[in-house]
Amino acid sequence: MSTKHSIAAEKFNQDSGRVTRHDQTFWSVRSKRDGLAYQLEEWEQLRESANLIKKHTITHLADYLEQFETNAKKNGVHVHWAKDADEYNDIVMEIMRQHNVKKVVKSKSMLTEECHLNDNLIKHGIDVVETDLGERILQLMEIPPSHIVMPAIHVTREEVAACFREKGIIEKHGAHAAEGLLKEGEDWRTSSDPTYLTRAARYHLRDNFMEADCGMTGGNFGIAETGDIVVCTNEGNADMSTSIPKLHIVSIGLEKIIPNYKAMGVFQRLLARHGTGQATTVYTSHFRKARPGAEMHIILVDNGRSSILGNIEHWQTLKCMRCGACMNTCPVYRRSGGYSYTYFIPGPIGINLGMLKDKEANYHNCSACSLCMSCDNVCPVKVDLSTQIYKWRQELDSMGHADPLKKMTSAGMQTLFEHPSLYTTALKFAPLANHVPAFMTNIKANTWCYGHTMPEFAKESFHTLWKKGKVK
Amino acid sequence: MKIGLFVPCYVDALYPEVGVAAYKLLCSLGLDVEYPEKQTCCGQPMGNAGFQNKAEKLVENYDELFRGYDYVVAPSASCAAYVRFFHDGIVGHECEAAKRTMDLVEFLHDVIKPTSLKAKFPHKVSLHNSCHGVRELGLSSPSERNVPRFNKIKDLLQLVEGITVMEPERPDECCGFGGMFSVEEPAVSTRMGKDKLRRHMATGAEYITGPDSSCLMHLQGIAKKNGEPIKFIHVAQILAAGL
Repeated sequence: MSTKHSIAAEKFNQDSGRVTRHDQTFWSVRSKRDGLAYQLEEWEQLRESANLIKKHTITHLADYLEQFETNAKKNGVHVHWAKDADEYNDIVMEIMRQHNVKKVVKSKSMLTEECHLNDNLIKHGIDVVETDLGERILQLMEIPPSHIVMPAIHVTREEVAACFREKGIIEKHGAHAAEGLLKEGEDWRTSSDPTYLTRAARYHLRDNFMEADCGMTGGNFGIAETGDIVVCTNEGNADMSTSIPKLHIVSIGLEKIIPNYKAMGVFQRLLARHGTGQATTVYTSHFRKARPGAEMHIILVDNGRSSILGNIEHWQTLKCMRCGACMNTCPVYRRSGGYSYTYFIPGPIGINLGMLKDKEANYHNCSACSLCMSCDNVCPVKVDLSTQIYKWRQELDSMGHADPLKKMTSAGMQTLFEHPSLYTTALKFAPLANHVPAFMTNIKANTWCYGHTMPEFAKESFHTLWKKGKVK
Repeated sequence: MKIGLFVPCYVDALYPEVGVAAYKLLCSLGLDVEYPEKQTCCGQPMGNAGFQNKAEKLVENYDELFRGYDYVVAPSASCAAYVRFFHDGIVGHECEAAKRTMDLVEFLHDVIKPTSLKAKFPHKVSLHNSCHGVRELGLSSPSERNVPRFNKIKDLLQLVEGITVMEPERPDECCGFGGMFSVEEPAVSTRMGKDKLRRHMATGAEYITGPDSSCLMHLQGIAKKNGEPIKFIHVAQILAAGL
């Protein structure tokens, strides 16, 4: 029995060149991160501080949440609490109805992805436009993100060009965008020049910013001491989304609250270095209150987070600040792609968050780990990702989802290893297996032979050699 | 100093020469080495597959068998790490033997600290830093972290006359074995192995060597299937060369 991840991963691996590109893209981000890490003498201290601050905050979360709410309200911000995705979507719709919103511009937010906000807005007749370029490309292509920080990195520029043509963006903005940019003879109608495409997207988004009557952002951090929301972007789209419309709605998970700006200084130094290998994001935007005549709302979303907090084995996943570094370093993620996971967040943190969200739907991802522990060592807040995956695996049998072959093998090993005499006998006969012809072992059920030849048993095991006095 | 030699199950059955080399090496350093015959496995294959509960009895057996030794030494980084970091959790109490279980390289480097060895090995080798050796036992500095660079395996190999030690690009990226990971995720596991093999071979080495035969077994299986000429040898065999 194969997991959904292993089946999807095998498909992904049929195109070897694509695996190479995917692996190299994310390894280069990991390498950039390493380069920055080695430059900071206090790197490991920063990670430890981040770990301790997060642990402290999460174990005092109720207090910090209340402090945050009080201070945000003092700033004239409307604060809402949503216990789950449905309640969250209802709150959003209620605010939009009050303001008669027809069009929303959004900066990147994995929380809205988690709560299926866009589908819900569309269902209610509201036009929603993603303004992070990667997210906008995915929205136009009607496909989900494959990574939490670089959501469209698996899409080629040729595919982007084709999509922009199909959606009329090239027809409307292409000629203008191409001015003084494309080489002579290069046709803007067919060009996939990245700078040109980005400029076309920029004009396209400008129109949308101008027309929108609500701007939505996520939040990388909520500062309890001041009630501020901090949003980190590279494109400035959070600022654009909130500068024109008179309504700003922030959606933020409970665990994103941190105590104060001193703590913020620690996380801000770690976030971009880990996520994209930059010393800082291009924009770090601080939102404290609405401008005159405008309104600002913050929706604090639980959606399962407080039950994670009560989970003695897995509560530390709440420390995660969604930098994506564990994906970039994961050798399995790099070679299987974001879509091979059943949860919308892939990689090591996604395996864990998926299990916490819905075990039945997401146990398939537990196979996607060689337990190499690289993720534990890159994580800026020291989530023990691989240990947690190991723990989930121990639960699969009682859930009825253990791989039967693995179970049988483990039971066989148990019998053998608990009985030294049986084990010694098995060792004696093991070399006979060497004489099984390759065509009998190289069968589909023996997945070892997918990529390997069978190992050869020694003529005499160490046990036998020892008994015969041959170990000297 | 009384040493209990632990030759993990797959080394016992597939690579007895690694156990022999470890034994000879330890004896040559003047240590009193015993091999308790009733030993079998550390339990890792079951645990990583999600069945650590099936390893409870063998963990107790292990503790019983090895608790009388000053150190238990195993020529297999991953097994030694599993014993030391997982046995207590499996049986729910402290295990005496687990505390004193060390990988061969770690034991030699940190406890015995030899300044010279009799071994000669006039070959170019590419060093395979296996994950659990790096990230659990600390045999080398993990590339993810900003800590002073070190490599205990390399330090020991440098004592061998004539040897040239290389490291592949991405020196501690996983080779893709991962126990039953390799049979449950064959496509990714094989791809990881092929990538690792290519990087090892790019060093121009004649041999791939490492402190963990399980990674080597995985890479060897892939090399053979693809007709790659590179040879494999455990670190213990190099350190014991000529004994």
